[in-house]
Amino acid sequence: MMPAAAGGKATSAPIMGRDAEPALFELSSPGRRAASFRTTGVPEWSVDELVPVDHRRSQPAPIAELSERDVVGHFTRLSHRQYSVDLGAYPLGSCTMKYNPKLCDDAAALPGLTDVHPAAPAALTQGWLELLARLEQVLCRITGMHAATLQPPAGAAGELTGLLLMRAWHGEHGGQRRKVVIPDSAHGTNPASVTLGAYETVTVPSDERGLVDVAALRERLDEEVAGIMLTNPNTLGLFEEDIAEIAAAVHEVGGLLYYDGANLNAILGVTRPGDMGFDIVHMNLHKTFAVPHGGGGPGAGPVAVSQRLAPYLPGPRPVVGDDGNYRWEDPPKSIGRVHSWHGNALALARAYAYILANGSDGLRRVAEAAVLNANWLRARLRGVYDLPYDRPNMHEFVASTTSLKKEKGLRALDVAKRLLEEGFHAPTVYFPLIVDEALMIEPTETESLQTLEALGDALERIAGGDIDDARHAPRTTPVRRVDEARAARQLIPTWDARE
Amino acid sequence: MPSYVPHTDAEIAEMLAFVGLSSLDELFEAVPPALRLARGLDIAPGLSEPDTLAVMEGLADRNRRAGRELVCFAGGGAYDHEVPATVRRVAFRSEFVTAYTPYQPEVAQGVLQALFEYQTLLCRLTGMEIANASLYDGASACVEAVNLAVAATGRHTVLLSRGVNPNWRQVLGTYAAGTGHEYVTCDLSGGLTEWRDDAEPAALLVQYPNYLGCLEDLAAARAFADRAGAYLLVAFDPVAAGVLRSPGEFGADVVVGEGQPFGTPLSFGGPYLGVFTCKRDHVRRLPGRLVGETVDADGRRSYVTTLRTREQDIRREKASSNVCTNQTLIAVACAVQLAWLGTSGLHELALRCARGTRYARDALLSIDGVEPLVDAPVFREFAVTTPAAPEVIIERIAEEGYLAGIPLSAEYGERGLLLSVTERRTRDEIDAFVAAFEKVIR
Ligand SMILES: Cc1ncc(COP(=O)(O)O)c(C=O)c1O
Repeated sequence: MMPAAAGGKATSAPIMGRDAEPALFELSSPGRRAASFRTTGVPEWSVDELVPVDHRRSQPAPIAELSERDVVGHFTRLSHRQYSVDLGAYPLGSCTMKYNPKLCDDAAALPGLTDVHPAAPAALTQGWLELLARLEQVLCRITGMHAATLQPPAGAAGELTGLLLMRAWHGEHGGQRRKVVIPDSAHGTNPASVTLGAYETVTVPSDERGLVDVAALRERLDEEVAGIMLTNPNTLGLFEEDIAEIAAAVHEVGGLLYYDGANLNAILGVTRPGDMGFDIVHMNLHKTFAVPHGGGGPGAGPVAVSQRLAPYLPGPRPVVGDDGNYRWEDPPKSIGRVHSWHGNALALARAYAYILANGSDGLRRVAEAAVLNANWLRARLRGVYDLPYDRPNMHEFVASTTSLKKEKGLRALDVAKRLLEEGFHAPTVYFPLIVDEALMIEPTETESLQTLEALGDALERIAGGDIDDARHAPRTTPVRRVDEARAARQLIPTWDARE
Repeated sequence: MPSYVPHTDAEIAEMLAFVGLSSLDELFEAVPPALRLARGLDIAPGLSEPDTLAVMEGLADRNRRAGRELVCFAGGGAYDHEVPATVRRVAFRSEFVTAYTPYQPEVAQGVLQALFEYQTLLCRLTGMEIANASLYDGASACVEAVNLAVAATGRHTVLLSRGVNPNWRQVLGTYAAGTGHEYVTCDLSGGLTEWRDDAEPAALLVQYPNYLGCLEDLAAARAFADRAGAYLLVAFDPVAAGVLRSPGEFGADVVVGEGQPFGTPLSFGGPYLGVFTCKRDHVRRLPGRLVGETVDADGRRSYVTTLRTREQDIRREKASSNVCTNQTLIAVACAVQLAWLGTSGLHELALRCARGTRYARDALLSIDGVEPLVDAPVFREFAVTTPAAPEVIIERIAEEGYLAGIPLSAEYGERGLLLSVTERRTRDEIDAFVAAFEKVIR
C-alpha cells in the first residue's frame, strides 16, 4: 500500500500557485525606503565636498523605492515560484541534487568564520588556515591524491586549473603538447576548458558498452597528447572498467590523466581516482559534499594532484610549521593564483562539516545508497522506457524515449515537462549527447524507497499517457512552457530594455 | 553519527532483491577488485551533529572576528559592510539555496526573476545594457572581460593598469599561460594610470576607483582606447555608483567588478560575486548565463535563460567561456540588499563611506611620519606610507583590537599601507584607532 504522503513530491506546496509576481520596479513608490545606518558621529560633509565634480554623479543611480515589507514580500513570493531540493526530489542527472544537511548551514554561518577578512594576517586567522589544511587532507585521502588546492570556485574552474597544471608539467618535461583527449560522452565544460588551456580537443568515441573505446583511444594517443579528461563513473553512470589499461596507455606516451570529479558520489569509500592512476582530480563540493547549489552556484571545485604535480599547485596554500602554527606558502613552481582570495571559503567550510559528520562509514553509505537507488529505479523502468545501456550502473543511468517517440511522438522534453506536473523536478535531458532523447536520472542517496516508488509510478504514467496531454504539460506550474525562441529573438535582458 | 540516508535495513534488503543482488558490495562489481578499497577510507568515523558543530566552533574560535574583536580598516576587494537582517532572512530561504541552475523555467521563475532583477540593477549601477547572471569573483570577471575583448578585436595585448587589484592581476597572469594573452603593465603616476603606447592593444583594463582608492581619469582612458582602436574595460566598485558617475557614462565597453559589498559578509574571501556587464553589441560574446523576459504558452510574462548557444553545454570547445556553476545565490543576495537600500539608501551608503574615509585619512595623516602615498582624490580607500614596516604595525595594532589594513607590495613604493573605511566605522572607533596607530609606531 502506498503511504498517504508518497514522499518527495511538491504538489502540496504553494509553489504551484500561479499568480505572477510583479517586478521589483513595479512595486516602487517614490519616497519609500527600508535602509537605515549605524550612528557614527562622523562629520557630515556633503558630496560636493567629497567627490570632484568630474567624477560626481548628477542623478542618484535609480534602484527602486521600497519598504522592508515590500522587499520581504517580493522575494518570499518569488521563492514560492521556485522548486528546490528541500521541497522535493530532484533527479537531475550529473548534478547530484541530494539533500544537504542543515547542520552545514549552521556551521558555515558561525560568525568566527563569516566575519573574517581574507587579508588578515595568518596569526589572526589560525582557525581558518587549519580548517582549510584539514579539508585538503581529507579530500586527498578520499581521492587517493597527494596534495590539493581549494581555490577553484567551481568544477569548470578546477578543470582549467588542471589543464594549466598539465601545461606547467609538460613545459618542464619534454616540452608542450597540443592535444587533450575527451570522450564523446563528456560534459560541455571539459572541451570549453580545453580550449582555454590552449589545447585542441580530440574526441574518443564510446563503444557499445558505453565505455571509452580503448582501441580507438590507442589510435589517438601519441607524443602530442598532453592528457585525457575522464569522469568515472562516466556520464552514462557506468564505471570505466578498463581504467587501469587506459591509465597505462596514456602514461606510456607521457600524458597525464585528469579526473572530472562530478560523479565522485558513486565511489566514496569504494575506490579512489588516485588508485586508478589519475594524476589530477577535481571535486565538485556542490555535488558530492553537500554544498547546496544556490540556484546555480556558488560551489567549490578543489583540485587534488599526485606527488609529482604538487609543486605546481596554485598558491598560497595553508601549511603547518613544527610549532603547530599555520602559515601561507606558495608551492615552489606554482602556476599562480586562480581566485581573488582563498576560494569559496564558506562553501569549503560546509563541505568540511559534511565530511566530519559522515566520516568514513557515512561516506561509504552515501555511495552504496546512491548506487542502490539508481539501480532500483533503472530496474523499475525496464520495459517502460528504452534503456540503451541496461546493465548494472553506478549512481545514475540514462533512459531514452526513442521507441516512445516513434510510437506516439513522446520526446524526452515532454517527459520532463509532465514530470513537473507530477510534483517532481525533471531529469537532465538531451545529455549525454551520444544518447538519442536522453533522460539522465540521478536519484541520489537521500531519496527514500517511497519517493522512488512515487517517481517510478509517475514516469510510468507519463510513458503510458496521451501525447496531447504531454505536449500541453506543464499546466500546474507557476508558468507553462515558456517561449525560449522569442526570448532569444526579441532579447529583453533587463527591465529597462522592455518596450 | 547522523545518517542522511533514509533507507532502513529492511528496505535495503527489499531493494537489493528487486535488482537481483544479495549484498551492497555486489553493487560495485564493475570496479576491478584490484582498485577496491579494502579497508575503507582513511578518515575518522562520523560525528553527531552537536559534535560536528563543536569541532567547527573550535576552529571558528581560533579566528579573530571583524567587529568588536578586530575593528576592520582593511579593504582591497573585501569590505566590511553591514548586511541587513532582510538579506540574511530572505535571500537564504531554502527555495533559493537548494535549487539547481534554472534548467526547467516552469519551476524556476523565482530564481530567474530574481536574476533578471539583479541584471537590471547592475546595469543601472554600471551604465551598461547587459549583465550576466554572475561569475565567480572580481578576478574571474576581469579574466572574462579580457577574453571578450581579445576575441572581438583579434588582438592579444592588453594594457593593464598597475592600479588593478594585485590579486586579480595575478589571476590574469595565471590564465594567460593558457590563453596566451600578453599584458603590458602601465604604472601609476601620482596614483593614476599612465597608459603606455603599444601598437595594437586589444583593450585597456583599469579599476575605478583603483586599488589605492584613487579616482582614475576614465575620460582620458576612453580617449586613449579610441586612438588605439581598443576596448575600455573597467573594474568598478559597485558601491561607488552611489556617488560616482558610472563607467558607462565614460564610454566603457565592459564593466566588471566585485559584488561582495552588497549582501555578503567578509567570509574569508568567498563565496563572492563576479559582476559582468557590457554594451549590448557584445552580447553574443557574453560569458555565462543570461536571463531574458519572454512569455509562456498562455502569454504570461515569464523568464528564461537565453542566448544559450554561447554556452559550454551547447557550443562545447567553441563556447564563449567554460563557466557553468556560477554565484547565483550571491547575486540574489546582492539584489535583495540593493532593493533594501533603495535609491536614496545607496547614495547614503556611498556618501557615508566617503565621509568616513575623509575623516580617517585626515586623522591618520596628522600623525608625524605618516604620509600620503599618492595625492589623487579617493573615494573609500586610501594609501599611506608609515614610519615602521606596515606588517609590524598590523601585528602590533591587532593586539589593540584593530585590523589596520593591507600592506602594499614594493611595486607601489616602500612601506605602503592600504586602508578602507566603510559606513560601519564610527568616529569613536576611528579616533581610538588613530591613537593606537600613533602609539604602535613609536
Ligand atoms: C560531468 C560534469 N563535469 C563538469 C561539470 C562542471 O562543474 P561546474 O558546474 O561546477 O563548473 C559538471 C556540472 O555541471 C558535470 O556534471
